Amino acid sequence: MAQVTLDRVRKTYPNGHDAVHPCSVEIPDGELVVLVGPSGCGKSTLLRMIAGLEDITDGALSIGTEVVNDRDPADRNIAMVFQNYALYPHMSVAKNMGYGLKNRGASKSEIEAKVQEAARILNLGDYLDRRPSQLSGGQRQRVAMGRAIVRDPELFLFDEPLSNLDAKLRNQMRIEIRALQQRLGVTSVYVTHDQVEAMTMADRIIVLNEGRVEQIGTPTEIYEHPASTFVAGFMGAPPMNLMLAQIANGGLMLGGDTRLPFAAPAVATDTVLVGFRPEDVRLGGDGATMLQVEIIEELGAHRLLHGKLGDQAFSLSVGKDEAAALGPQPITLPQDRIHFFHPERGTRI
Amino acid sequence: MKRAGFTTVWLPVALLLPQLMIIAIFFYWPAAWAVQSSFYLQDPFGFGSTFVGVENYTDLMTNSEYGKVARFTLIYTVLVTFFSLALALLLAVKADKVIRGAKSYRTLLMWVYAIAPPVAGFLGLMFFDQRNGPLTEMFQFFGWEFRLGADFNSTATAMVIVAVWKQIPVNFIFFLSGLQSIPKAVREAALIDNRSATGRFWDVTFPLLAPTAFFLLIINITYALFDTFGIVDTLVRSEPGNNPVTLVYKVFVDGFRGNDLGGSSAQSVILMILVLVLTVFQFRLIERRIHYT
Repeated sequence: MAQVTLDRVRKTYPNGHDAVHPCSVEIPDGELVVLVGPSGCGKSTLLRMIAGLEDITDGALSIGTEVVNDRDPADRNIAMVFQNYALYPHMSVAKNMGYGLKNRGASKSEIEAKVQEAARILNLGDYLDRRPSQLSGGQRQRVAMGRAIVRDPELFLFDEPLSNLDAKLRNQMRIEIRALQQRLGVTSVYVTHDQVEAMTMADRIIVLNEGRVEQIGTPTEIYEHPASTFVAGFMGAPPMNLMLAQIANGGLMLGGDTRLPFAAPAVATDTVLVGFRPEDVRLGGDGATMLQVEIIEELGAHRLLHGKLGDQAFSLSVGKDEAAALGPQPITLPQDRIHFFHPERGTRI
Repeated sequence: MKRAGFTTVWLPVALLLPQLMIIAIFFYWPAAWAVQSSFYLQDPFGFGSTFVGVENYTDLMTNSEYGKVARFTLIYTVLVTFFSLALALLLAVKADKVIRGAKSYRTLLMWVYAIAPPVAGFLGLMFFDQRNGPLTEMFQFFGWEFRLGADFNSTATAMVIVAVWKQIPVNFIFFLSGLQSIPKAVREAALIDNRSATGRFWDVTFPLLAPTAFFLLIINITYALFDTFGIVDTLVRSEPGNNPVTLVYKVFVDGFRGNDLGGSSAQSVILMILVLVLTVFQFRLIERRIHYT
C-alpha cells in the first residue's frame, strides 16, 4: 500500500506536443482515484507515466516515499489492467497470472497458491488451463484482474478496463472491481472517459481537459460544485444547462425578454453564464419563468423535456409520474441550485 | 461466399488452359521425362539408351562422391538456414526498436533482396578476391590463407556467407512484420511483469513470432537446397574440381558436363521427393499452426 504523489509532472512529446501540462496531485493510500476526461485529454498518458511506460519529461513521481521516475515498470511494484486485456495469448490462464510472480523469483508453490486464491476470488477456477482465446470478453477481463491481484502490488492501474465489454457486463464488472479494490485496500488509479464509471467508483475524481487538471474532488464535490463550465458540461447526463445572461440593473436577462428571477453576482463583466442541472429544475410554479417545451424524451425511469428558455436551449428532467406536455410550461428554478461561471474563462464564480 | 456460375463447360476450361499448359509443359513434362530417364543409361554420344531399372539409384546410394555432396549439402543447409534466420531476427528486433528514421533504415536493410543470386555471387567473388578482396585480407589478418575456388573450406565459407547475406532481407521483412503485429499492450504488460529484456524476448515475443519462424524455416531450407544454384555456380567458377557443391549443382554437373543423363535424372528425382516431403510437412504445419487470436 502506498500513496502516490505527482509533483509538477509534465509530458511533452518530441514533436513538441504538450500532452500533460505540469500537474500536481496527491493520491492518498488506499483510495481509488479516477482520471476522467474526453479522448486526447492526457489521462492515459498520465497513467502510463505512473506505470513507467512513458517517460516523464519533467517533475517528480513518487510511489510511497520514493521517487520512481527512472525506475523500470517492473521495479515499481505496480499492476496494470489494460483496455484490451493484453493477456499473453500463448500462455494458459494460470501462466498468465503467475508470469509476473515467476519473474520475481517466487517459488512454484507460492505462485500456485496465489493463482488459486485469485482464481477463487474471480470465479476462474474452471478456466486455469485454458488459453485466453478460449475465453469470453468478461472472462478475459477477470484474468487481467487476476494477473494484477496475484502480484500484490502497491498500486493498481486501470486503463479503461471496461470499455470493451457490453453494457450489462460493464455494470457488473464495475461493481466487482470497486468491491475488490475496497477489500484489498490497494491504492488505485483508474482511467475512463465514462462519467458514470467515474461517479460510481471513485473516492476522488480528477477531471482532465487538454492536458490540464480542471478539478480534483470527490464525486459529490465535482457534481455539486463544478469548478468550470467544462466540468459542468462533462459530468452529468444530460449536461448542466448553461445560459449566457446579460446583467442589467442587477438582474439577469436572457434574449427574448426573459428575466431570470435572481440577483446577478458581483462581477466586472456585463454578462455571466448561469447554470442549472436538469434534475434540479421543477415543473410548475407561479408562471414567472416559462419554458417552451419542444421535445419530450421518454427514458423509462424519467423524462427529459427539451426546449427554449428565452432564446437559449434548456433541458429538464422530471419523474416518470409527472405530467409533461409540449408548449409553454411554467418551471421553478431553485435559488440554492444555481451555478455562475465567468463568461469567457468558464471558471466558477 | 457466392459462387459464379458458368453456363457452359468450355469457357472455364478455356480460361484455365493457358495456366495448365504452362504447368504441364514446364513442370510435369520435364518431371515425367526425368523419372523415365532415371531408369535408363544414356549413351554419352547420344546414340540411344538402355533400360537399367533402378541401377542409377543403387549406384547413387553406393557412390561415395554422392554421399560426400549430400553431407556437404546438409551442413550447408543447416548453416545457411540457421545464420540467415538468426541474423535476420536480430536485425528485425533491433530495427523494430528504431523510432527515428525507421523507414529509411528498414528500406536499406531490404535492398539486398532485389539482387539476383548470380550478381550476389559475383559480388562475393569481388569480396573474396585472391589479391585484393577485403574479406580475403581480413581472413589473412587473422592468419587464414583464404583461397576461393582452390581450397574446399574457403569456398564453402564464401558460399555460406554469400547465401546468408542474400537471404537475410527476406527473413528480415517477415520477422519485422511479425514483430509489428504483436499487440503493443501485450509487450507493455510484459514490461511490467518482467524486468529482463532477454527474458521478455524469449517468454513473450519469440513464442508470438513462432508461426512466422516456422514458415521461414521451411522457406529457408528450400532456399539453401535449391535456390542457391546461381551463387554456387559463380563461386566455384564452373570448376567443381576440389570445390564443394550442393546436390542441385551436382545434378547440373553430372548431367550436362558428365553427360550422365540417367544418373543426373535419378538425382533430380530424389530432390523432387525431398521437395514433396518438405511441402507436405509445411502444409501439415500450417494447418496445425496455433492460431493465437
